[in-house]
Amino acid sequence: MTTTIARRRVEEALLPPLVALLVALVVGDILIILVGQSPSAVFRLMLSGTWGNWYGFGQVLYKATTLICTGLAVSVALRAGLFNIGGEGQLAAGGFAAAVMGLALPPGTPGVVAIPVCIAAALAAGGLVGAIPGVMKARFGAHEVIVTIMLNFIVLAFLNWIVASHLHVPETLHTPEMRAGTVARLMEWVSPFHGSAVNASLFIAIIAATLVGWMLFRTRAGYELRAVGLQPDAAEYGGVRVGTVWIRTFLIAGALAGLGGINYVLGYKHYYEEGFGGGAGFLGIAVALVGRNHPLGVIIAAFLFATLSQGGLAIHALVPKQMVEVLQGVVILAVAAAVPEVRRLVSGARGGVAA
Amino acid sequence: MTEIAAFIAQTIRIAIPYLFAASGGVVAERAGVVSLTLEGFMLTGAFAATLGSFYSGSPWIGVLCGIGGGLLFGLIHAVASIRYRADQIVTGIAINLLAVGLTRFFLLMAFDSSSNSPRVPGFGITGDAASLTGALLRNPLVWLGLMAIPAVAWLVHYTPFGLRVRAVGEHPAAAETLGVPVKRVRYLAVALSGILAGLGGVYLALDQHQFTDSMTAGRGFIALAAIIFGRWEPVRAGLACLLFAAAETLQIQLQGMQGIPSQFVQMIPYVLTIVAVGGFVARSTPPAALGKTED
Repeated sequence: MTTTIARRRVEEALLPPLVALLVALVVGDILIILVGQSPSAVFRLMLSGTWGNWYGFGQVLYKATTLICTGLAVSVALRAGLFNIGGEGQLAAGGFAAAVMGLALPPGTPGVVAIPVCIAAALAAGGLVGAIPGVMKARFGAHEVIVTIMLNFIVLAFLNWIVASHLHVPETLHTPEMRAGTVARLMEWVSPFHGSAVNASLFIAIIAATLVGWMLFRTRAGYELRAVGLQPDAAEYGGVRVGTVWIRTFLIAGALAGLGGINYVLGYKHYYEEGFGGGAGFLGIAVALVGRNHPLGVIIAAFLFATLSQGGLAIHALVPKQMVEVLQGVVILAVAAAVPEVRRLVSGARGGVAA
Repeated sequence: MTEIAAFIAQTIRIAIPYLFAASGGVVAERAGVVSLTLEGFMLTGAFAATLGSFYSGSPWIGVLCGIGGGLLFGLIHAVASIRYRADQIVTGIAINLLAVGLTRFFLLMAFDSSSNSPRVPGFGITGDAASLTGALLRNPLVWLGLMAIPAVAWLVHYTPFGLRVRAVGEHPAAAETLGVPVKRVRYLAVALSGILAGLGGVYLALDQHQFTDSMTAGRGFIALAAIIFGRWEPVRAGLACLLFAAAETLQIQLQGMQGIPSQFVQMIPYVLTIVAVGGFVARSTPPAALGKTED
């Protein structure tokens, strides 16, 4: 009996991403043939340009770092039954706060002090933006999808205004370089990574994923969170304060997305720039979906989408890199469509036997 | 006097894409299907219209192609969310990503540019000599856009189809019991929203006589904001579109003056929407079955 359940779980977890991969391959083939190239050559180039050399691999790791954070931000919220589409704004707020903190610190502040302070600023700013939809839902019954979408535009416009009117370096859209709080790039330790942006934020993101896993499955707060996600009325009846859990969850989710901002700001450019997120907030939804809302799954899915996105650059000589954006959309669509279908097929096939 | 006329003309010019998209979105939402997709429908409509107008030399062919583009994406969304019961919020985001990716890909393929298409034929007279008002009056899409909201209001409230739309959006199980084909009504509603939002994109592209990368620039979300701010009532949603457009016009006309930064004017629709869903103005209740995928 338990083996059946275990097998059903594995099928439910693995089939949708496989279906999505297959659909993406077919659509990718069609696009590649439309351009007049050979699919096998293009996909081979994609692999060699990402996992096949140190620089490409470093870039995959760099892109995965932000996606781990934004993916966690979506999946933690989904575990509580909440849809967090505000990753884009939370990520920007986190990056901005880290950059400003790094500017405000006196030059020469040692890293042991400066880095945690900057990270705390990113967590706090992301958490603050994240908490708004939580409070709006708990206190006023406002649907979090609408609030988070609208908040993205508001936060980005607000940050643009601050940067444009007070903080930018003339002739650019970014803030001055930080005086303290930057983290090391991996190429300083592993020289073959030379030139790639991957940095110590990767480890911070993986630690964050570990902590999220521990929180979700080993703490009372995590138990309450999942209970609210599965059945809010039952949780309420069992003594869980659902509104508080909603606010707390959104706070954590926002902080996680905000943490993603340090990858670019502390680890790569050392300043905040308009639009640095580049859609990573939205892609976090795809990462959470493919990762089945599990921290380990999120890490794997983040690598998958990071590979796709870096792969687009690798194949640009043969096929426009925009192909990758199409494939991202196709993957999300296919996974979303496959999840309920697979669940129905799996439980239908087994259900008959069990009954 | 001329200033007021110019203000009104500019407001209408900005409002037309919102009116098209909001009128489409309101039908889909009333049928219980979430309209995060309006942005993607508009972008595909705009691109298809540019292709059609460019290769045929006729803006009318462009309009037809734009309708086709919006419809195609509407159907993709409908199949994913109705046939396969995918989460509508997720598919909505996927549709928008797909629209950006595909239009960029084919922009490169068709016109060898990553930023914009060449100039394509549109409606009305062009050039600096033509007054804005004159150009607007000669553009059939302006008239169509102004009629979209009243037409949808009539459709939703005074036709059997509209009654079915409202029934499947509020209580699909009850509607099913009464013999209403829930899925077919939703398919039609989403297809219609694709067509109408696509026309919003067509207007944008033909008004600017070209397609530019991501030219919808969040307009689909402003239309969604208008629907929510208008509490899912077509006429109120239309008024919200005009309000948002008027705010933008004011910002453009006051641009030379010191005072409110443009970013704050850009925030207006979004702030108002949050205020509206928070129930600070009046009780705001979405259709009961909105976003529910089980049948």
